[in-house]
Amino acid sequence: MDQTVINILNGLSSGLLLFMLSSGLTLIFSMMGVLNFAHAGFYMLGAYVGYATSRIVGFWPALLVAPLVVGGCGAVFERVCLRRVHKFGHVPELLITFGLSYLILEVVQVVWGRAPVAFDPPAVLAQPAFTLVQTAATGLSLVFGRADAATCAHAVCSTFPATRAFMMFVALLMLLALWLLLRHTRVGLVIQAALTHPEMAEALGHNVPRVFMLVFGAGCALAGLAGVIGGTTFVTEPAMAASVGSILFVVVVVGGTGSLVGAFVGSLLIGLLQTVPLTVDKSLVDAASRLGWVVSPHSLAYPVMKLTLAQVTPILPYLLLVVVLIVRPRGLFGTRDD
Amino acid sequence: MIESSFHFRPHNVGRWLVWGGYASLLLLAPVVFSSSLSQTLLSQMGIAIIACLSYNMLLGQGGMLSFGHAVYSGLGGFLAVHALNKVGDGSLHLPVGLVPLVGGLAGLFFAALFGFVTTRKSGTTFAMITLGIGELVYSMSLMLPEFFGGEAGVSTNRVVPPAVLGISFGPQIQVYWLIALYCYVCTALMFAFTRTPLGRMLNAVRDNPERVAFIGYDTQRVRWFAFMIAGLFAGIAGGLAGINFELATAEVVGAQRSGAYLLFTFLGGSTAFFGPIIGGVLLVLATVVLSELTKAWLLYLGLVFVLMVMYAPAGVAGLVLANLRLAAFGRLRALLPGYLALALAVAVAFAGASAMVEMLYHLQLNEALGPVMKFGGVSLNAKGAPAWIGAALLLAVGAAAFEAARRRLRVRWDAAQAEIERELKRRGGA
Repeated sequence: MDQTVINILNGLSSGLLLFMLSSGLTLIFSMMGVLNFAHAGFYMLGAYVGYATSRIVGFWPALLVAPLVVGGCGAVFERVCLRRVHKFGHVPELLITFGLSYLILEVVQVVWGRAPVAFDPPAVLAQPAFTLVQTAATGLSLVFGRADAATCAHAVCSTFPATRAFMMFVALLMLLALWLLLRHTRVGLVIQAALTHPEMAEALGHNVPRVFMLVFGAGCALAGLAGVIGGTTFVTEPAMAASVGSILFVVVVVGGTGSLVGAFVGSLLIGLLQTVPLTVDKSLVDAASRLGWVVSPHSLAYPVMKLTLAQVTPILPYLLLVVVLIVRPRGLFGTRDD
Repeated sequence: MIESSFHFRPHNVGRWLVWGGYASLLLLAPVVFSSSLSQTLLSQMGIAIIACLSYNMLLGQGGMLSFGHAVYSGLGGFLAVHALNKVGDGSLHLPVGLVPLVGGLAGLFFAALFGFVTTRKSGTTFAMITLGIGELVYSMSLMLPEFFGGEAGVSTNRVVPPAVLGISFGPQIQVYWLIALYCYVCTALMFAFTRTPLGRMLNAVRDNPERVAFIGYDTQRVRWFAFMIAGLFAGIAGGLAGINFELATAEVVGAQRSGAYLLFTFLGGSTAFFGPIIGGVLLVLATVVLSELTKAWLLYLGLVFVLMVMYAPAGVAGLVLANLRLAAFGRLRALLPGYLALALAVAVAFAGASAMVEMLYHLQLNEALGPVMKFGGVSLNAKGAPAWIGAALLLAVGAAAFEAARRRLRVRWDAAQAEIERELKRRGGA
């Protein structure tokens, strides 16, 4: 029971981290029609810039500086490269971000090396956020921080890392801020106007290309922020972009391209799907024997049947993608059917 | 109306020349480059040409940006290797030369299966879904060692006695001839495809899907059929690769390989039919030769790719075609000095930039070898200021010269293009 709660919380926190990335991606996509292939690259860049700055000024200022730096890089890229190819259409736009993802990876490897770097969270976040204590006598109870050793000697203690709690907190804060910005500020109104009616917004005197640049920069900054938090929670290494990159696109397609709500629900769904089945050590063979069928190593498709749910976890998001596309091609919350 | 009943059809000399030239290129290449290294390279080039051409059926002719094309070439490769193993132990009777067709059928089958899902969407969403399918297959390949052979992959032996007419496929050159034959036939078939009604509809679906749907065609079905045919040829390429390397590992279905197809097809030029042929040659040169020369090859590749997308979106083939047009109107000669100046400036700037990049990589990767390194016949001290200042100077001078040469060339280029336009208008008016 206690471990299940922790698993679900882990899944939710991974999902919220994905949301920090997919929100930026879907914002850029719905606005400019550009699928930023280098988004995961900016996530990695955020982790490395956060690592570098945290060694100089400490973690908390780095949490602010790294997104600004990454956002700046994104804005410059939009201004110099992306705007040039905008007139060629969507495929070259996608291609240039694809090329950028190669460049970011190589530059990061040149500057920080190919091995993982030790990007540790600050002391506050390095300990558990809370501990679930389960004893036969008193049942389940919750202790903030680390439970003392005496308690755990007689009970099952499951901890939840503070970095993950912080990750959830920041993501939810970001969701709130994003919603307030888009719905209740003048800038948000201009962005929404430029989103649906770019020509009219331009005719009214708004600098739509600059709005695009800012949105692209802001999306990259969100990825950078996610990178700092993800980098401390997981491992900061050159492979971190590839590990999250393709999942990110699954989230966007499953949620429905261009929908912020879809990105949120899709992220949580994928986050849970990536985490929770990892603990289920059962396969189709077990399911069959529960139903009374006997499956032996000589049966048809035994190599597939014997795979446990934990083993097939990496492909579950992609299977979900295929199922969603067959059942509901526009995605869960998509509005456009193209 | 009377003219329409009379057709004057001379022999298309240009076409005979082009296809004859292509055949003699394939025939003469191993004679001119006869070392064993170049035989290996040429074999790989033939395979890459088929793969890139089949990829361009999606990208260039159908406007479908796929990030998972290696799935079809890779699965074709696996099936071909398994088939070859069956041929080897006598349970399947098939000449080795036809094994690539097994790969092709596998590619066709999987393209029909996955393509049914992926081609439901077009444009950007299509790109994302192909990426997802690619990851799906790659993850599966690590999960099912019974079929994919796990980390080590599935190995095979292409030499299956008895040899027919002395062809045992043992020596690399015999494999090259097989690949060259497949390459020529596949190129011809894929070119023929562009002239079929389906090929034309595919172009229409790329350019204006709404209008095509309005006329009464099912755009999704057109994309699906094209996707299957592309899968067929990709599978043939994969099968040839299986015979060539006698091995199929999980990496042949991976995202890296798919990315390479995309990158080099685009670099070669996706708007012209022959662009991917250039792309396939570049693919092998870069992944085999360039990666041996320098550790920073991916950085160079990324930079070249980004610059190409920005300044020459039609790729190398586009540049060739633009200059052929200039030559046809007799305007190329006037531009040659400008090209020469530009090339010199690029060479200088590149020398400076690559010296800096190489020094950076040297410091990063070869710390143990000391700071002194060889670069293009010069010894550079990567930790000393002179080398860095010299390289930076070269880069600055080269960049300045490039900008000056570019501006001058731009003026002449625009003038030449305007002349050609005028000339065309005059001919049209006459």
